[in-house]
Amino acid sequence: MSRIACPVVVSLLLLGVATTAGCAASPQTVTITIHYSGFDPTEISVPRGVPITFVLVNEDPIDHEWLIGDEAFHQKHRTGTHAGHGAVPNEVSIPALQTVTTTITFDDPGRVAYICHLPSHEEYGMVGWLTVGK
Amino acid sequence: MRRPWRPFLAATAALLITAAPALACGGLIGPNGAVNLLRTTTFAGYHDGVEHYVTAFQFAGGGGAFGSITPLPDIPSKVERGGDWTLQRLILETDPPAFEAFRTLGGVEAAAADEAEVLLETTIDALDITILRGGGDEVGLWAKNHGFRLPPDAPEVLDFYADRSPIFMAAAFDADAAAARGQAVGDGTPVHLTIPTDNPWVPLRILGLGKSSAETVQADVYLLTDDKPAMLPNPEAFLEANGLLLDHSAPATEPLLTDLRSDVGMEWVPDDAWLTKVVIDSPADALDFDLAIDASGAGNPSPVDAGYAPFSGNPLPRSPIAVYLLLMAVAIVAVPVALARVARRGPFAGPPAAA
Repeated sequence: MSRIACPVVVSLLLLGVATTAGCAASPQTVTITIHYSGFDPTEISVPRGVPITFVLVNEDPIDHEWLIGDEAFHQKHRTGTHAGHGAVPNEVSIPALQTVTTTITFDDPGRVAYICHLPSHEEYGMVGWLTVGK
Repeated sequence: MRRPWRPFLAATAALLITAAPALACGGLIGPNGAVNLLRTTTFAGYHDGVEHYVTAFQFAGGGGAFGSITPLPDIPSKVERGGDWTLQRLILETDPPAFEAFRTLGGVEAAAADEAEVLLETTIDALDITILRGGGDEVGLWAKNHGFRLPPDAPEVLDFYADRSPIFMAAAFDADAAAARGQAVGDGTPVHLTIPTDNPWVPLRILGLGKSSAETVQADVYLLTDDKPAMLPNPEAFLEANGLLLDHSAPATEPLLTDLRSDVGMEWVPDDAWLTKVVIDSPADALDFDLAIDASGAGNPSPVDAGYAPFSGNPLPRSPIAVYLLLMAVAIVAVPVALARVARRGPFAGPPAAA
């Protein structure tokens, strides 16, 4: 192998490893904007088993929440009295005019809702859906 | 000067406060985000380029604090305790109580915006009044930082107002302080704002703040102007009224003007004026406009003051041409048919005989 070809092959091999590793686990980023007490977008699809970093941008001058889970999870929070969230990646409080990030890996395929459970916010329409692929 | 009607008026007012038209101001937000709004009565008088806006905050019992945010057309030059009988006297003028009512007396990441600028602060009874200037975000942030929990529709509603007039009145009502002052349930605290402005407008959309689409907004708005005002939406127009009803429109009577002028802060009331009462009875989600008033006599209320296009996507109400055309079409078809039937039966045809 020539002196020129050798570094090229090594570089290509390294690039291939890095690319393969990225496909397996590199985080993806999804930005959700909150404006006039509504999520945008309201429909998201993500792959299974990949860390997803959600950037939650609250453009409103009032506080909001972003809680994601199945119906049993939401039913618990509809009657809950939590003043704030943050310690759990899928339960996030977003103060007025601020941005919060959280990272979640979805291991099971399916469809879950993200909802703001502050009083009357869900009724106002603060609901979105996330689909986890197979 | 002592007026013979005052004992009667005081007793009637006590009744009115607990009866149907309870005096209160809109947008009352409790700590849990609930809106404690019954029926709102406001008065907007306009004379010599100055709007006099009078509303009342009713002590509804309980404890804790709640607040209200009211958009204003311009910066008030004065905020003071309102007179004791202006609102009650207006109700008496347009809705005199039935006689039997007297028997029931006695039950009577870093924030993207700064807070709004505080222009004026004052305390009236148990009310802490703050006049603010700022955009929707700034006012919302001020409210949040001062203990108001705004409902989810607040960001859009605040922008709706701030884009036209960035002036707001925040009133924080301390129910514990009211109780300590000896205020009884039903006692109202009237607030009188003196606002130099080109034309008065009355905020209506704010009355639906925090209400669901299934709820209704009920309010009475009294206007006292030099001439008969033109309004938008026009409560008199067929199918254009948008839930507004023109309940009273007539020259103000001399006794009314004299009585109003005798109340505290009401010496500005002119010798001649036009009294208008507009009743609002509308689903909350349909009340997405304000009441624009042209008091100049030009008959041209501002679509922008009312919150219509081109200011917003909210279309200007227009005569329902389609309905008129449909009625004409029905008439064109129905009248000849009816005439033909009459002709067949004869002019004096009676009902068919029983078999």
